[in-house]
Amino acid sequence: MTDPNALKHTPLDALHRELGGKMVEFGGYSMPVQYPAGILTEHLHTRKAAGLFDVSHMGQVRLVGDGAIAAIEKLVPGDVQALAVGKVRYSMLTNHKGGIIDDLMIARREGELGLVVNAGTKDNDIAHIAAHLPAGVELIHETERALLALQGPAAAAVLARHIPGIDTLGFMSETTATIAGVPISLTRSGYTGEDGYELSIPANKAEQIARLLLAESEVMAIGLGARDSLRLEAGLCLYGHDIDETTTPIEADLKWTISKRRRTEGGFPGDAVIRKQLAEGTHRLRVGILPGGRAPAREGTEIQVMGKTVGRITSGGFGPSADRPVAMGYVDCAAAALDTPVDLIVRGKILPAGIVAMPFVPHRYFK
Amino acid sequence: MTATKFTNDHEWIRIEGDTATVGITDYAQQQLGDVVFVELPDVGKTLERGKDAAVVESVKAASEVYAPIDGTVTEVNPALTDDPATVNTDPHEGGWFFKMKVADPTQLDALLDETQYKNMIAELH
Repeated sequence: MTDPNALKHTPLDALHRELGGKMVEFGGYSMPVQYPAGILTEHLHTRKAAGLFDVSHMGQVRLVGDGAIAAIEKLVPGDVQALAVGKVRYSMLTNHKGGIIDDLMIARREGELGLVVNAGTKDNDIAHIAAHLPAGVELIHETERALLALQGPAAAAVLARHIPGIDTLGFMSETTATIAGVPISLTRSGYTGEDGYELSIPANKAEQIARLLLAESEVMAIGLGARDSLRLEAGLCLYGHDIDETTTPIEADLKWTISKRRRTEGGFPGDAVIRKQLAEGTHRLRVGILPGGRAPAREGTEIQVMGKTVGRITSGGFGPSADRPVAMGYVDCAAAALDTPVDLIVRGKILPAGIVAMPFVPHRYFK
Repeated sequence: MTATKFTNDHEWIRIEGDTATVGITDYAQQQLGDVVFVELPDVGKTLERGKDAAVVESVKAASEVYAPIDGTVTEVNPALTDDPATVNTDPHEGGWFFKMKVADPTQLDALLDETQYKNMIAELH
């Protein structure tokens, strides 16, 4: 068991405890899994109004220098050259087998890139990236910055009260702004399937900004539990569960993140494997799975067709907005077609389920 | 005579004659969070003390409910199938899980009384 004294804390740790957050270990950090309202209420509130999430455990990294774009393209299959300044793209660090070392967001700025990587993998990611940087590109780990996500249909209206005009910022775009006198950078992005923003704030101002946003009537503090159920309903991958070093972006149904140029040119780790899979297909695919009854099917649940194992669930639980169990996992391609009936083996019993398209709840990104 | 006893695993058991009603405590439901599904045993099933009797699922995770004593299931609570959240809102009354015919009343002596259970909870904090 992890020594609780060894856990790291975000700049909002005291606020989480003041709000009654139930603190758990996640990615080496002490984080609120829920507040007294509970996961169900927090989830539904985010889809109805707005939720504020502390995601300061994630790693914020700058790659500074003119060679940053070429350098990162040697590590990810994403098209960073094609990214305009002020735009953000989702991609992944791959290994030589085409497996995923981590998934990340890449923002292009004048003369540099901004990366956001997962908490549990950030030390490894940073070492990996640093080991592959050419002279003239500097890696800066921004340990003195917090990251807050404001998500939900009311997020834009709430934030525009403090940052006039921010409601017109495009989806997957980044800008800088001042909120309550504090200079921040922010993107219109998130991990819930809803419209929203992620705000990068100097650590010593994070609590002040969090309190400012929580004081808005639409905004509720949301823990990691609802963050997980929201992203699952949105069909988004959780690193270490739905994607890892043994799954490729093609198997993970993330080929939309690889542009035509990068497919043609390669030049990233595992490019031979990934290009072969693009041309010939894969043996397995990440799919949405809808259990037929009310019983949730959790991570690790075996998926069968006619008594034969065809895959496993990698994320599964109850979807509060879907108001039913939802899941995703990998199945053999023969069982991956939409509407394929499958059996889930839950506590020794067969639960009928179907392969379905994701998301389970429609995305409502800003257009 | 009606008496309520408790287990270390946060089940309660209320005894009336040779029948016992079993549920999970208010402390347990608070720890679990929002209950979204309950799997109840089949009527007629033989339960063994300390072994799996039911499953309660929150948004986040599945947890086992253990049989406090040996016995045979005589009735399950249909309200939990229709509205699993009853476990959260009324854990000690409307949120009961199942009733069982008590096989060996002397097993009840090994369970905690209310004061002992409350003391145990207090020590968890």
